[in-house]
Amino acid sequence: MTTMRLIAMRQASDIIRSRWVMAYALFFAAATEGLLRFAGGDVRALLSLANAMLFVTPLVTIVFGTVYLYNAREFIELLLAQPVRRRDLFGGLYLGLTATLVAAWLVGVGVPFLLHGSFLTAGASRTLLVLLATGAALTASFTALATLVVVRVDDRLKGLGVAIATWFVLALLYDGVVLLVVSLSGDRNIEPMMLVLMALNPVDLARVLVLLQLDVAALLGYTGAVFTRIFAGPAGAALGALVLSLWIAAPLALAARLFRQKDF
Amino acid sequence: MIEVLGVSKSFGSVRVLSDVSASFQTGRVTALVGPNAAGKTTLIKTILGLVRPDAGEIRIDGEPADAAGAYRARIGYMSQIARYPETLTGGELAEFLTDLRGGVGRVALDETLMDRLRVREFLDKPLRTLSGGTRQKINAAAAFLFRPSILILDEPTAGLDPLSSTLLKDAIAEREVGRTVLVTSHVMSELEQVADDVVFLLEGRVRFAGSMAALKEETRQATLERAVAHMMIRQTGEAAA
Repeated sequence: MTTMRLIAMRQASDIIRSRWVMAYALFFAAATEGLLRFAGGDVRALLSLANAMLFVTPLVTIVFGTVYLYNAREFIELLLAQPVRRRDLFGGLYLGLTATLVAAWLVGVGVPFLLHGSFLTAGASRTLLVLLATGAALTASFTALATLVVVRVDDRLKGLGVAIATWFVLALLYDGVVLLVVSLSGDRNIEPMMLVLMALNPVDLARVLVLLQLDVAALLGYTGAVFTRIFAGPAGAALGALVLSLWIAAPLALAARLFRQKDF
Repeated sequence: MIEVLGVSKSFGSVRVLSDVSASFQTGRVTALVGPNAAGKTTLIKTILGLVRPDAGEIRIDGEPADAAGAYRARIGYMSQIARYPETLTGGELAEFLTDLRGGVGRVALDETLMDRLRVREFLDKPLRTLSGGTRQKINAAAAFLFRPSILILDEPTAGLDPLSSTLLKDAIAEREVGRTVLVTSHVMSELEQVADDVVFLLEGRVRFAGSMAALKEETRQATLERAVAHMMIRQTGEAAA
């Protein structure tokens, strides 16, 4: 455990000093500050911020994570020649990467809100917390996917391609396919199928969890009504959180297994 | 002592090591030689646990290398390619490696080589901004830092200036009591200066293992370079016949 913490802190200190993560935090700080000033109301600001988060966080996280881990490959070899268990090394790498990106997201969005905190209504504060938590979970999920890509694909360029394709499918293409499925299914009862389709994509899951907080579920039309009914209560939110955490645990467990057997 | 017992390894359909057995004796310096792609680096990585063999076993000082890697606390390793995180400095690297072994209180440090190679003044600069030679000197100092009973040095003098190269070779040749040294280099004359024993790998198989003198006698050649070249030619001849 100590070894894992040492490695995670070493990684985190390196990532922070590389300035990319700083730029990422500043991007969200600027966006949040701008939206709070000009969006006209905290709910609207949160809604825009949620959209920005759903688009930017997965992309930045998976690309940065992949590039960072590929660049660390020789250093990982050096660490593997030390008295270090692979389990601890893997955990340290993942935690260092994820903690830094999550911190950048929390600070970037959190600080402007703290500065303008008095504008927030009770409902909006709750929504903000859900947004922060969902963004953190989405980050953890996409760093897990990045880790899986790097462990599975040895070629850097190919790996980066796979990472970007993963983002493209989950954040963009998927919704198009879902819409197509809906339009093709006619009058049939599509509620169960929609729920399954949504759970299969962490970005969709995050979107629903945040939007339900915003009382704009009506904007989602028919499916929004379905989701409101199923996810509105605390049990629904817990279910959503559970499935989202599976989106962290599953790729991470698979990557850890591959990492333990890998030849470096 | 490092013992390699019947180790085989394939990457996909390419067989890199075939039933390799060799031992690297305590108190002696063993040169691991062979042409490019003979399996030298894979063998070293197998000893370190970076590569998992398909068959066979590695024993360190008589005991099987444990999967958790605790035996690596006794190994000082200098790798062929070392790239570091963007901002890491040499000082931080040394501190980090010390912490991984339980912290300053737990390990006795040997900073002789660090002083001899005069790398202290570079320790506060990011490793990536240093010249390749300086980085290599820091790698060497780091490999010797924890008084390892086993030293594994993959092309240790590549990129070093003559003075540093000499100092490093002296450190290798010191033959500290109880220390096992495994060293590779593409410069045979250099290995001839420091090594007592030779393990010769060709196409993933051990073709010769024994003392430097025995190798020269067997091949009737005066230098290690000629002896190795002779064995490679003989091998090609056998393959053709």
